[in-house]
This record gives sequence, structure tokens and C-alpha cells, in this order.
Amino acid sequence: MEIKKAAVAGTLESSDCQVTVEPGSKGVELSIESSVINQFGNQIKKTIIETLDRLEVKDAKVTVVDKGALDCTLKARVEGAVYRSNDIVSDIPWGGAVR
Amino acid sequence: MKNPNLKRLRRSMMFLNAQKPSLIKDPYIYKLDSIMLDLEDAVAENQKDVARFSLYHALKTIDYRGTERVVRINGLDTPHWKEDVRVCVAGGCDSIRIPKVESAKDVHIIEEATLAAEKEFGRPEGSTLLMAAIESTKGMMNVYEICQSSERLFGVALSGGDYTKDLQTTISGTGVELAGARQQMIIAARAAGVMCFDTVFTNLDDMEGFEKEVRMIKAMGYDGKSLVNPRQIEIVHKIFTPSEKEIIYAEKVIKEIDEKKAQGIGVFTVDGKMVDIAFYPGAKRTIQLAKAAGVYEGDL
Repeated sequence: MEIKKAAVAGTLESSDCQVTVEPGSKGVELSIESSVINQFGNQIKKTIIETLDRLEVKDAKVTVVDKGALDCTLKARVEGAVYRSNDIVSDIPWGGAVR
Repeated sequence: MKNPNLKRLRRSMMFLNAQKPSLIKDPYIYKLDSIMLDLEDAVAENQKDVARFSLYHALKTIDYRGTERVVRINGLDTPHWKEDVRVCVAGGCDSIRIPKVESAKDVHIIEEATLAAEKEFGRPEGSTLLMAAIESTKGMMNVYEICQSSERLFGVALSGGDYTKDLQTTISGTGVELAGARQQMIIAARAAGVMCFDTVFTNLDDMEGFEKEVRMIKAMGYDGKSLVNPRQIEIVHKIFTPSEKEIIYAEKVIKEIDEKKAQGIGVFTVDGKMVDIAFYPGAKRTIQLAKAAGVYEGDL
């Protein structure tokens, strides 16, 4: 999917994360801020990259501010932001690209 | 074949905002009978899309350890309900709560969408149950037809806030404004053979009033209550779980009736109280409820 416009999903509340996606042209430029970056930084990055790959996002600036989110929340916020950037709110491929 | 979960223990059903990870990541610690993951009123209009992703992954990933996973979708008067039904079924929720139900037709619309989603996502047909929330006077007038509307429908729930608005009054704390609705709902539910659930009690500073209300709806025949806070769970479970005394008496009633029936005796006494066959179903229900609540391991 193409990132057509800037979009945000999630909050800065505990157990959540805020994901911002913006149009890019140099592949995926990922920035992560997390209170648990030393313990879980690699896992957070892996989950986000895998989610973006499933959604076929090739070029994007992605900023993640993590507040201790579980993997399932990270996925949900990345997907939420990407679909928002395309104004898609229905016929979501549950179990397909979103899984 | 009917879904075996149509009847199960549903004393406590707590609302949780599906958009808030801190609420939905581990509510099984409270040992609720059911959680109600909310896509409707708790989720702001501009967060409906994102809440569905949160819900989907929670349903697919989190082990709720036997707690029933009900999802409250948005109403038929919104643009959201169709995608809500798709995500509920794709995620494999146990039940869908339909808000603002006013007729059997409303249930049929969701039933059709649910079946279509079960086919789309390869879920067993009939695996997703439904419950209907009655929130208006029109819905209350049609509550019996709503109770009979679908084989998937396990029960009806009163939504007191919206109902009292429609009635042009407010929640007083005495329950007088909801008396007719509560009575009508439980009669309709029992006549149709479905379960019946009471509305939320939102004043968390009045736990005494809450307990009084739970005792009242239990006495009226209700199966359980919608909750908004973990502090309310223990009280509901205490009141809706048969006491040791009630269990012992029910056991005696069942055993005595079985024995006396074989001897051709119809009326007799148990602990000084007159008993006949009419007491049998009630005693059986007490034992079933005690078993479901995990407080009875006897041989009945």
C-alpha cells in the first residue's frame, strides 16, 4: 500500500503506542521511542517491519512512540495508521494482510 | 445443532473499551463470566476504524481463559455496523451484542450479516451468538418478538440510560422508572426461553445501592447484570451464586422427589417445608448454576 497522506493511530497511554505514518520515497524510515527500548527494541522493530511488509508498504516515514504495548497492539496501530492514510475503513482484509 | 453456549453462566458482563489496550489485555484476572468489548459508545466517532484493528488482534491473540468474549457493535443507524460484524466474526468472538434493537427485523439484519461473515472467514455457521439490547420504549413493546427472533439469540439486555431518556425521565436511584421495563423484559425472556440481563449501575460511590439493585434483579429472575467496574464483580457473583444452604436444600429436594416418585408419593416435606414436583425444576436450576459457578461437585 502507498502512504498517501500523514496518519496517526494510537495514544500515549500506558500499554498503548502511537504510530505516525507519512509519505516517503527512500524505503521505510523507522523511528522508535520506547521506555523499554533496551529490553524489547529489537522485538518492537521486528513486529513493525513485519506488519509493514504484510501491508506491502514500500516507502514511508514511520514514527512509533511506545508506552509498553504488546505485539498485538503494535500491529493494530501500524495497520490502523496505514489504512487511515488511504481513507479505507471498510472491507478490511481480516485474516489476510491484516493478521 | 444448537450452539451449546446458548445457555451458560452469565452473571457478570463487564464493558471494556475495545480501543484501550490497557483494559483489554488481561481482564481475565477478574474471573468475569463475560467481557463486553465495546465498539459503540465507549469509542469516539473518529476512532471507530482504529478500534476494530485493536479488537481484531485482541480476539486473535489474547487468551481470555474461558471468559466469554462478547462484542458490542455500533447500531443499525450508523455507517459502522457492517464492518463491525465482519471484524467480530473474523476475530472469532463468541457473541455480538446488538444495540438499540427495536424489532425482530433488526436482529434478522445482523443475523444475515453474521452468517455472511461466517462464510467469508471460514467460521462454522451458527458459531457466533447474538444478544439484543433494548434501549427504547418501542423496543420494549416488541421485546417478546425480539426474544423469539433468532436461534442465535441467547438473551436480551436492558440499557437503562437510553431507555429512560426515551421514557422522558431519568435514573432516580430508586428503580421506579425501570420497574415496568424490567418486569416486561424478564417475562418476555422467560416465555421465549432466552436469558435476561439488567442494565449498568454507574454510581460507583453507592455500593450499597448497587448491592440492593443486584439482589432485586436476582429476585426478579434475571440471569446477570452489565457492569462498568471491577469493584462490582464480587457482589454480583456472591448474590448470583447459590449459597451452601441453598445447594444442600436443592440436593435434598431433588433426591426426595426422585425417591418419593418411585414410591408413588406426590406431596411431602423437606426440612419442614411442603414440596411437590413443581419444586423440581427450580432445585435443578440451583444445582446447574452451582456447578457452572464451580461451587458444586456433587453427583447430581
